[in-house]
Amino acid sequence: MVTYIVRRLVTAVLILFGASFVVYQLTALSGDPLEDLRGSNAPNRDQLIQARTDLLDLNTPAPLRYFGWLAGAAKCLIPFAATCDLGSSIQGEAVTTALSRAMGNTITLVTTATILAIVIGVSLGIITALRQYSGLDYGVTFMSFLFFSLPIFWLAVLLKEFGAIGFNNFLADPDIPPLTILVVALASGLIWALFASRSWKRKGVAFVLGAVIAAALLFLLDLVDWFSDPGLGPIVILITGVGIALGVVLLTAGLRNRKAVYASLTMVGVGLVAYYVVNPILNAATIWMIIVFGLVMVLVGLLVGYLLGGYDRGQSMRAAALTGVLMGLVIVIDRFMVTWPAYVGNSRVRGRPIATVGAQTPGLDDSFWINGLDTFTHLLLPTLALLLASLASYSRYSRASMLEIMNMDYIRTARAKGLSERTVVMRHAFRNALIPLATLVAFDIGALIGGAIITEQVFAFAGMGQLFVQALRRVDPDPIMGFFLVAGILALVFNLVADIVYSFLDPRVRVKA
Amino acid sequence: MTTQSPSDFPLHAQSTATGPVHPDADAESSPTGEPEQERKGLSQGQIVRKKFFDNTAAIISLVVFVVIFLLAFTSVGFAGIPGWWKYNHTEFVPLLDGGVPTVTGPFSWGEHPFGQDSIGRDYFAMTMRGTQNSIIIMFLIGALAGLVGVVIGACSGYFRGWPEAVLMRFTDVIIIIPVVLAAATLGEAVTRFVGPGGQIWLLGLFLGLVLWTGLARLVRGEFLTLREREFVDAAKIAGASNGRIIFKHILPNAVGVIIVNTTLLMSAAILLETALSYIGFGVKAPDVSLGLIISQNQEAFQTRPWLFWFPGLFIVLICLCINFIGDGLRDAFDPRQKKFRASRIKGAGKPVAA
Repeated sequence: MVTYIVRRLVTAVLILFGASFVVYQLTALSGDPLEDLRGSNAPNRDQLIQARTDLLDLNTPAPLRYFGWLAGAAKCLIPFAATCDLGSSIQGEAVTTALSRAMGNTITLVTTATILAIVIGVSLGIITALRQYSGLDYGVTFMSFLFFSLPIFWLAVLLKEFGAIGFNNFLADPDIPPLTILVVALASGLIWALFASRSWKRKGVAFVLGAVIAAALLFLLDLVDWFSDPGLGPIVILITGVGIALGVVLLTAGLRNRKAVYASLTMVGVGLVAYYVVNPILNAATIWMIIVFGLVMVLVGLLVGYLLGGYDRGQSMRAAALTGVLMGLVIVIDRFMVTWPAYVGNSRVRGRPIATVGAQTPGLDDSFWINGLDTFTHLLLPTLALLLASLASYSRYSRASMLEIMNMDYIRTARAKGLSERTVVMRHAFRNALIPLATLVAFDIGALIGGAIITEQVFAFAGMGQLFVQALRRVDPDPIMGFFLVAGILALVFNLVADIVYSFLDPRVRVKA
Repeated sequence: MTTQSPSDFPLHAQSTATGPVHPDADAESSPTGEPEQERKGLSQGQIVRKKFFDNTAAIISLVVFVVIFLLAFTSVGFAGIPGWWKYNHTEFVPLLDGGVPTVTGPFSWGEHPFGQDSIGRDYFAMTMRGTQNSIIIMFLIGALAGLVGVVIGACSGYFRGWPEAVLMRFTDVIIIIPVVLAAATLGEAVTRFVGPGGQIWLLGLFLGLVLWTGLARLVRGEFLTLREREFVDAAKIAGASNGRIIFKHILPNAVGVIIVNTTLLMSAAILLETALSYIGFGVKAPDVSLGLIISQNQEAFQTRPWLFWFPGLFIVLICLCINFIGDGLRDAFDPRQKKFRASRIKGAGKPVAA
């Protein structure tokens, strides 16, 4: 294994050398860096041209210039020396600084979208595989093909128009007309009916329930003017918590495991107590405090599961810990909602909360909650665009993988043993269906930092992709090389990780040493 | 795949390429069908064609795509041949009624069915020209990337050893070069050396030359498994040359993977081309591309939304059609994916008559 990794790493370094040389030459060929100066009529035009020629060393031919860059980049390999020199952009900013700033923005943008896409996509894929050739399957398949075919820049403009401008107009005067309630209720009913199982009776019940509940909810929210002053309050937290607890137990242990049910419900109680105890402390929250809060909920959950759990403590502990974390999340979300009016009323936001461009509101410097909401409103649309675009591949892959697994002999064996359908699906099929996805996920994470060039462009989001495109427009080689180094190294590393992870997960695949 | 005859194959290869063929599968769904014909057995090509034509979504998509194709190429003319539409994409016409679209139904198009842009060009002509360009680029990328990918994948998968090492490392180098960079460089070179006329063709050509990597890896994998199979050994022992084994024995078995993935590559290519044109590194003015005209007119979304809707609609339609066709081909070529019918499962308990 070690030989294999070393050999792969050595090849990776060679590939990086070759590719970086090609990229440098392509950049040099992609245009004329002096173009804007040549056309200018500034009195010191020749001086400016001379200065930039010196800065970019344009008198040296590009193949030789590459080695100058390489010498600087090689210094990055010396550990802890802080001699990293990736050059500087035409404006004179060091590439390392620009890169680290852009990377931070890109990571916040792309991680959320990817995690959500994986969770939603995989769940959809699994559900559609279990209901193969049902209405739900056809519906989800068509939707994923549709999203897969949407050009992201087009989708982004639509989202800006209806998601930001339209929704902001709605928020300015939150009043839901009865017709909208009717349409939303019918749509919700249809979705629930699709998710319900095959028999028409159950579909009908699901349709009516879904429609009525959605209509009632919208009517109620409209009545109490929830959209101007959102929040959950203890009662909704309790109801949501019980729902979460039952859902978590259903998936992890099965509702027949009473001990797990009690442990999770206890965690809902703990969460409710925490809601009152923690809330005053949260006024001065930091990101670390939230993380510690989450960890405490996990630990309490594990403890409760341990104390209440019978002979199979592990299941109760897992269920209780998961419920604990989700309860903590609900409490934090409630807190964000309570802060919402203050955010909307902020003088910088001026009542238009959902942003269409940028990564944050400039000059907004307030509490953790306000800044958190600010990040949320800025990330909402680009995340949605990225999510819709990448949802399709995950749902298609996991559906195909799950279908293949469900036809395996060991699934038949598991059923023949008399295991419950939940155990067969969650324990035997689901885990194995995830193995091929591990490769896909590793590749995607490798490509993450490269950023979403188009999305960042449309939403004017100052991330890696925009850094790259702007440098490319100016024919500025150093930022391009910096971008390429980061993206290329990550792609190669995660390629390797994907292979190794696969051989660990699937013992039939062995790497050649 | 349509030309090979069953006798051309060792028996084993035939059965694995198409999967276990149940001659009674269709007799069951149509009990009054012609049993004599079924008994003869179907060649791989016939099975694939039959499965493909049974796929409603794929057939609808194929028809829609052909309609779009004909519309785009006949309306504004192609390669100097004039089309039947009265305007072209560069002509300025005085604005009629603010350039609002006049189309009211499938057969009442009016003067400017898709409206006019802010300087009076007929938007239908522009959209059609953009569709034409996108389709040309898509086919070029598909053909070229398919060809290069198959050649490189086949050589490295079949010959192993140093050709594989060199070709696969070369693939790794190409894979991590950002496509946008390649397109921008090539775009610059095009405007400098060729002029705007050959822009579309060269863009397709160059993009095809960088997009073959995924296909090469897939084809290599396919060749690696196929070359270990018994029918290849048999052919080798019989004294067949490498070329004959590759073209006669392995390639026909890998053709499914190749066709399906080339189709899916084409749908990705059309999105890539429009996105590149949108950020300004693809097709450049004065020529038009669907991505370019969206980018030029997106500021006018509030006042002239049609400038935004029509080109986007055509991108989505083309891409959706190609995706459904690709999916239909995948189902048709994949022997394991049999159309599952609940009724058949219910009847499966009973012994099948005949």
